[in-house]
Order: sequence, then C-alpha cells, then structure tokens
Amino acid sequence: MSDKHPIYLDYSATTPVDRRVAEKMCAFLTLDGVFGNPASRSHAFGWEAEAAVEEARKNVAALVGANPKEIVFTSGATESDNLAIKGVAHFYKKNGKHIVTSKTEHKAVLDTCRQLEREGYEVTYLDPEPNGLLDLKKLEAALRDDTILVSVMHVNNEIGVIQDIAEIGEICRGRKILFHVDAAQSPGKVAINLEELKVDLMSFSAHKVYGPKGIGALYVRRKPRVRLEAQMHGGGHERGMRSGTLPTHQIVGMGEAFRIAGEEMAEENERILALRSRLWDGLKDMEEVYINGDIDQRIAGNINISFNYVEGESLLMALKDLAISSGSACTSASLEPSYVLRALGRNDELAHSSIRFSIGRFTTEKDIDYTIDHVRSAVNKLRELSPLWDMYKDGIDLESIEWAAH
Amino acid sequence: MAVYLDHNATTPLHPEVLQAMLPLMQAMVGNPASLHRFGRLQKDAIERAREQVAALVDAHPGQVIFTSGGTESNNLVLKGIAASGSVSRIAVSKVEHMSLLQPAAQLGDDCTVDYIGVDAEGRVTAQTLQQALQPDTGLVSVMSANNETGVIQHVQQLAGITNEKGIWFHTDASQAAGKIAVSYNDWGVHAMTLSSHKLYGPPGAGALVVDKRLPLRAQLHGGAQENGLRAGTENVPAIAGFGAAAELAKKQLGERTAQALELREALEQGLAQIPSAKVFARDAERLPNTVQFGVQGFDGETLLMQLDRTGIAVSSGSACTSGKTEPSHVLEAMGVPRELALSAIRVSFGKDNTLADVSSLLQALGEIINTTSKSAVMVAANV
Repeated sequence: MSDKHPIYLDYSATTPVDRRVAEKMCAFLTLDGVFGNPASRSHAFGWEAEAAVEEARKNVAALVGANPKEIVFTSGATESDNLAIKGVAHFYKKNGKHIVTSKTEHKAVLDTCRQLEREGYEVTYLDPEPNGLLDLKKLEAALRDDTILVSVMHVNNEIGVIQDIAEIGEICRGRKILFHVDAAQSPGKVAINLEELKVDLMSFSAHKVYGPKGIGALYVRRKPRVRLEAQMHGGGHERGMRSGTLPTHQIVGMGEAFRIAGEEMAEENERILALRSRLWDGLKDMEEVYINGDIDQRIAGNINISFNYVEGESLLMALKDLAISSGSACTSASLEPSYVLRALGRNDELAHSSIRFSIGRFTTEKDIDYTIDHVRSAVNKLRELSPLWDMYKDGIDLESIEWAAH
Repeated sequence: MAVYLDHNATTPLHPEVLQAMLPLMQAMVGNPASLHRFGRLQKDAIERAREQVAALVDAHPGQVIFTSGGTESNNLVLKGIAASGSVSRIAVSKVEHMSLLQPAAQLGDDCTVDYIGVDAEGRVTAQTLQQALQPDTGLVSVMSANNETGVIQHVQQLAGITNEKGIWFHTDASQAAGKIAVSYNDWGVHAMTLSSHKLYGPPGAGALVVDKRLPLRAQLHGGAQENGLRAGTENVPAIAGFGAAAELAKKQLGERTAQALELREALEQGLAQIPSAKVFARDAERLPNTVQFGVQGFDGETLLMQLDRTGIAVSSGSACTSGKTEPSHVLEAMGVPRELALSAIRVSFGKDNTLADVSSLLQALGEIINTTSKSAVMVAANV
C-alpha cells in the first residue's frame, strides 16, 4: 500500500484482512461453497460447515498453546471480555464479589467492571507505574479473601506495553483466584503458550490479526476447570457458553489469520521492529518529544509519542495523509485526553499531544520515511503558531504560570 | 448434485451481496470508530446498510441497532428491558425460537414470564394472548413467522391489543423478513429482531429495530457504538452485506414469493398422494417457502439421514435444536401427538430451488417410504 494515501498506521485499531484470509472466507459463503449452518445435523451442508469450524478452532488453539475444546467463538474481543468477566463474576459470586483490574484496560473490560459495580460487586482499579507496567507487589497487595477474579490485559492497545502475565498468573493461582487476560492486541505479536501460563481465561480478536471483524474467541481453561455463566442464550452453541449461529466464514477467516500469524510471526516482528526503529530514529532528535510507555517491554508494532506544545487533534488534522490515532479508536470521538496516558501520570498537555503510530504487515520503509517528513514539518509548523512554544523557547516555566480565568 | 432445502436454517450468500462485502474486507481498512478517512468510509458503509435494512421493514434508519445476529437481538431485547427495571412481567409465545425462549427463562426472580399458547394451527389468537396477559405484563413477544411450521402470526392485530393496554411489543421477524411484507410501522410494534443470514446475507450480522422510548439497557459493555446499546467494533463487511441483502430482498420480494409458492404448491400436491404424510398447520397462513410435515409411523431422524444419503438436505425443524431427540416444542404447543411430531420434516425452499428439486424430494421420499414399508412387511412375514 506504499503508494496509496492516506498511509495506514493504525494497525492497533484494526488490520486489513489478509488476502489469503479473504480468499479462504469467500469459499464459505455462496451456493458453490460451504455455506451451511454448522448447527445443522441432518445433512452434509451442515457437517461440512461444522468441520470447517473445527479446523479453525484448532488453528486458533495452536497459536496460543490451547486445546481446541478450550476455545469458545464470540462476536469479538468485546464480547469475550464481557463473557469472561460477567460470566465468572455471576458464576462465582458466592465465593466473593471483589475483582482486581487496572486503569489502563480497554473499555470493554472497564465498562464491564463498572456494570458489575452497579450490580453490587467491588472493583479495585490498579494504577500502573509511569512506564505503563503494573507493579506486581501492588497487585498482590490488592488481593483479598473475597477476590474472585483478576483481569489484566496482555498488550496495551494505546502504548503497546506487555504486562507480565506469567508472573501475575503465578500470583493468582497461588491464591486460587481466577485470572483473565484481554489478549486482543497480542496474538502474532507476542508468543503465547497457555499450557505454561497460569491464565484461566483469555480474550482474542480476529480483526487485530489480519482476520475479519465480527469474530473473536474466549479461551476457557479446562484443567483446572473454569466455569462461566453464559451471557447469550438460545440453542446452546459453543458448549452452552455462547449461543447463536456460528458465522462459518468469519470463523474460518480467524483460523486462517491465526495460522498465518503462527507461521510468520518471528520474521514479521523483526521486520516491523526495524520499521519502528526507523520511525523513532527519524523523530527522536526533535525537541520535546517523549515516548509513552516502556520502550523495551513493548510490542514491535507500536510507538506512542507525545509532541509537547502541540495539540494532538490539530496534529491529526495536519496529518490527514496519515491514518493514525491519538488514542484508542473506541474513544477517539471524544476529545478527552487518553485515560491510559493519564493513568501513567502524564499531564493533560502531554496526554493531549500524543499520537499512536501502529505499524503492521503492509507497512513499507517508504511509508515510514514519508511519515517522518510529514510529522516533522507538521509539528514544526504547529509549534511556530503556538504561543506556548514561544514561551517555552523563551525559557518561561509554563507550570509556574497562573492562567487568568475568563 | 445435492439439493439444499433447508433455507430456514441458513441461506447461501447472494453473489451481489458478496460483491458489496469484498471491498470492505480487502481494499480499505479502518475501525469505524477512528476519525481518519479509512474509518469514515467504514462508518458510511454502516449508515448505508442501516438505511437499507430500515427500508426492508418500513422503519426509520435511526431505529436500527446492529448486533451479531438474531440470537443477540433476542437476548438484548429481553434482558435489556428486564435490566431497566421498568418491566417485571413478560409474556412470550410457546412457539418462539430458542434464542427467545432461553433468555426468557434466564430472567430470574426480577421478571416473571408467562407463556402464550397457540391454536392447533400454531397461531397465537386474540384469545390465547388475552389469556396470558396479567395486569402487570409489561412486554409481549410473539414472532412474526415460525421457523419450523412457517406459520405467520397476525402481529398487527396482536400488537393492537397490547397497545391499548400500554404493553411493549417485540416480534422476532428473523424468518419473516425477506419472505413476506414486514412493516415495523404499520404493525405497531416497539422492537423487532432481524437476521442477515436468513435472507441471503452473511451470518454474523443481525439487528434489533427499536422504538426510542423502549427502556433498554445495553448487554455488551465497552464502547459507545450503536447509540450506546451495543459495544464492540462493528462487523462492517457483514453489516454492509446485510444491507445489500435487505435491499435485494425488498426488490425481489414479489418474484421470490411467487417462485416459492409454486414449489410449495407442487410439494403439497405430491405429499397429498402419500397417505401417511400430514402437513402441519396446513390451514394457517404460512411462509411461502416453508412446509413442515410428519410421516406417520416413521422416525424423523432416520428419514433425514436417508434423504441426506440421496443428496437431499432437509431438517426436522430448528437447526439450533438439531440432533436432539425430543419432539419439537412448536408441534407440542399445537397439540400434535408425540409420535407424529417425532417424524417431522421441514422443507424450506430458497430462490435457487426448482420444480425438479421438488420432484427429487418426492421421489426419494416415496422410495424410502415404500422400501421401509416393504421391509417391514417382509420382517413381519418372516416372523
């Protein structure tokens, strides 16, 4: 896509469907393909669709070291998060009503927790350290006798940092507390082995991994067995955990996307990391630019940069040729500064001036070079217009100014 | 060549629908919630689909909430209204789809559920509805057309009764939309479930058409999509496909109806020649594409397997309860004897079926029945 504009650098919001995935999906839709309802038990049309679903289930499971029987298909990671958190909370409410999560989770987790608070549950929202990672001692200290669930994301969607889910899993298992991980952003980017990880539930999305929208999965551990209260009823599909006709083509697409991710992950991450380094190398000598989030414990495809003294939305407007975002897509319609960056302790100005660049499978060096040029000139232009930038250059400490109220 | 006669379970995608979906899958990317141009193109595709779906059922685009399918829509309307706390008693018909009956059964202590009976032809009547209504009933749900028998309910008449009492009315129109004229407005309902893959659209998309006054609480949390009533990144290609399929369904309703009726007529004439065959709800107004019948003295599952062997794909009833050995709850509610109900076969035609398919089915059926009867006679003779 190198000669096409705008240049797409928003792979954390969603990825294009890989051509190989799309081709495979098309074979499961029309009259000349396998279009049956996988729940139809009385004819070959149904059986063929069911076989395709099971093949996809194996592919999804294989990428994350799970047993195919532990994979429940849903309409996406949002539904998976809802199902995991509400499903566990409702099923285990007799054991306690306390849940621990972090302030930098995706809205799908945070809003679900807020809903549970309305239902009488208690939720502790942990503050991350300034690098975006959780201090596990603080996490441990937040656990109580009535804690039934800890929910921590694997890779943050805005700043790309990777939480230590292996260690958190050990802590939770030791206390017999269930552990849910929102892994919407990590498959294909970070190796996941659920055979070793002490994770009980894990949410996946297809459209962040070059698969289609509208399909996701929830891993539900069988040994030791995790129980859930279903959130969608009718038909008893997916072992009763999620009813509703299985969209065969989307499931097949997710399976293929996960299979490709497994095959190409190592090589792809190396290439993407080189592109990210190239991008940062092209920007880091600018004044007053900061990376948000830990730079080492981070996926290759993400870099989140604050351009101080530049207003993020103005920068986005000035960079119309780049498809980038100032935070999570799900909150991009609001002009509130990113809650993730604020949780890191960034002040409003820095949070407001942040841009997330997310690099992916189809990004080229040419895209990156173009991006560097445009960002540099746009930032410089905006700063020239900014009285705050002038004051900063004049050596005035902006923190010390008391602004007059209007 | 296999003959697919199970269109009420799912339909193959219309080739034109695939063309509407492909560009959204491949050439462009973008999360509709993103502000940039890619995101806006996706958003536009969703809004166009909203108009197309609204037009199919004579509703306002602003009333359409996209979901992952009919099951989610049915769950959302029942649980969402119960969660609002403003309705503590609902009535649903006994012949509803499992995706309506099961969430109803899950509502728990906060919401009492009453069941509306049907007559011997599978119809909810003014009388059976009145019998189920209680002074505190706040919501009634009766499907527009039944997935098994194809029986069409007089939703407009039934909603007229509940509207006089200030009761909300929901109808599951998953099977009706695209097969008969459906009017959200004229029927006077407040919520309507729709499914894409029943009308030659892709699976993975559905809608709940809602009156803005309906007290409804979101059931999926984590994002303000769909007016805050359904969180989650929108499944744009499937939604666009649903829209394209809805537009085609509206345009082709007349010809699809005529074609289906011709096939149904031919099948029913053929079945009339088989003394042991009995069409269910024969005297009721039914979907033009659906015939459900029993074959006295036969086990339905065995018949289905034998038909499959000859390349004919039919079902006993709902795909979602497929493989179960209990008789259909729909036939039970109609008072069909258990043994006859267990022999049920549902034939649901689609736009690509032909009279030759009907002949193949009738021939296969005739052979199975004759052979089985003969072998039964032979077994009897040997004893």
